Amino acid sequence: MGIGTARYSFGADEHIFVELSEEMSLEAFFKGMAITTALAKRKVPGVTEICPANASYQVKFDPDVTHPNEMMKLLRQLERDMGSVELELNTRIIEVPVLYNDPWTRETLMRFRERHQEPTSTDIQYAARINHFKSVDEFIVAHSGSPWFVSMVGFVAGLPFLFQLVERARQIEVPKYLRPRTDTPKLTVGHGGCFGCIYSVRGAGGYQMFGITPAPIFDPVQALPYFKDFMCLFRPGDIVKFKPIDRDAYDGALKQVETGTFNLRIRPVAFAMKKFLADPAGYNHQLEEVLYGI
Amino acid sequence: MAFKVLKSGLATTVQDAGRKGYYNVGIPLSGALDQYSFRAANLLVGNDENTAALECALMGPDLEFQRDAVIAVTGAEMAPKLNGTPASRNEAIAVKAGTVVSFGIMRIGARAYIGVAGGIDVPVILGSRSTYGLGAFGGFQGRKLQVGDIVPVGTRKGTPKLGRRVPDGLAMPLPKELELRVVPGLYFHRIADESAQTFFEDTWAVAPEADRIGYRYKQGRPLKFKERKQPFGAGSDPSNIVDAGYPYGSIQVPGGLEPIILHRDAVSGGGYAMIGTIISADMDRIAQMQPNNKARFVKVDLGAALAARADHNQRLQRLRSALA
Repeated sequence: MGIGTARYSFGADEHIFVELSEEMSLEAFFKGMAITTALAKRKVPGVTEICPANASYQVKFDPDVTHPNEMMKLLRQLERDMGSVELELNTRIIEVPVLYNDPWTRETLMRFRERHQEPTSTDIQYAARINHFKSVDEFIVAHSGSPWFVSMVGFVAGLPFLFQLVERARQIEVPKYLRPRTDTPKLTVGHGGCFGCIYSVRGAGGYQMFGITPAPIFDPVQALPYFKDFMCLFRPGDIVKFKPIDRDAYDGALKQVETGTFNLRIRPVAFAMKKFLADPAGYNHQLEEVLYGI
Repeated sequence: MAFKVLKSGLATTVQDAGRKGYYNVGIPLSGALDQYSFRAANLLVGNDENTAALECALMGPDLEFQRDAVIAVTGAEMAPKLNGTPASRNEAIAVKAGTVVSFGIMRIGARAYIGVAGGIDVPVILGSRSTYGLGAFGGFQGRKLQVGDIVPVGTRKGTPKLGRRVPDGLAMPLPKELELRVVPGLYFHRIADESAQTFFEDTWAVAPEADRIGYRYKQGRPLKFKERKQPFGAGSDPSNIVDAGYPYGSIQVPGGLEPIILHRDAVSGGGYAMIGTIISADMDRIAQMQPNNKARFVKVDLGAALAARADHNQRLQRLRSALA
């Protein structure tokens, strides 16, 4: 797979942490999904948390039920078993509408300008320039043009980390704010390092802010149809496709959220890593066909 | 049955044994930070030890009970008062209908637990009654108690034995200086050799930013991270890693400056290198540290962590037997 053997570490007596790769890659993420899925199926006694992340995963367990050395042995075995497995994921593709350059993130970023690398431009202007796009519009086309993997959910409840399904040369990369903001609007679409994210709750944050979605992604009250089963929309392994919308569409969606009639376009999809790597653009086109059903 | 909140205290929340199984979507364990004292409070009043109770940080609330109740106060040294008359800690005490329960100042320790016979009767969400503040759910309306709240109490099973006490030597110890045992690992290899020593040599003081999410420490020498070309996807600071999951008790040192130990309301992941993990047996002790209390970090291996865990479990077992 080209990412070498994982590095294993005890997180004291209740955790094992496994770094699959020092750097982010689709291969590392996929390997983590495969191992954690296999581990969940084993229903190992005493295991309480199985958390895949971008290029690593961690397991929390009761060492009085399964000894840490036994757990370590099992996880190493699972990695060896993965060796020749065809990496395919049965997952979902979800369309997320985004109002780029919205007034709320703009107001927030202006308040924290002294914490930014380039106080004279907005976050999206800065990101477009340092990623060599000719204009903000061209940047938005790239950001919304290719889908993203939810490579981790966390920090706070329901917050997705997103890794775009493009060749590394086309990955958008931006530094985080010099000093974190103390405020970020809820549902801000942000970016830091090579990761996109959607802030599930209002609060502190260090990612550059590009826009905002009207679609709730975390709701303890579970008001909308897509929260029927759980209060968090995203799970690791979901695929997200952003869709630029204008202010009218945003306001309309917000009204629907208020009346409980808002819904998202969500379709089941299978993702095969090798096929994607062989032809990213062609494969992404197929993903879009699944989403928009032809 | 219920009680009314007349004064809220600093941060009074409903907590139980915690919410397992949702850390993979960023929902942390929550639950009482000092599980030992929490369990003691329940055992004293005849509850199942995992029953929801109140956790009070640094300053207690004033509560007016509408009906007769039996309560017990454990954990930090903070004397209960019944209509102004001092009552005992670590003991099951009767509260008559109409009584106001208030508290003296918290002298030593940082968290007191108020167990009520019958338990705090808030809805179970994802398997727990614990409050998760960042997510604004669980506990009493997803938040700290506020003045005017009417907090429901469940129906008690048996008749609690009044005057039942935690035996001497079995209450939570509350030293002002602690040795916290750490299993080095995770990204420990990222800190420079010199810092790998000074971290364990220095005495650290709890910073004012110490809460249920994490405990921050200051006054030790800053840690240096080894220089390297940062891997793709990790941030630009040498203390950054590709965002990963954070174990409970893991220690991160953003920018090398102030170590932060994540506790039960942890942020579940992020991009700061963790240099080791506090052993499970010492997590309750952290919960009792006030700002400016001192700690030293002591390096131990997995075997020592498991031995300390066995000791801790035995102590809890003795407490259960004593209060059975």
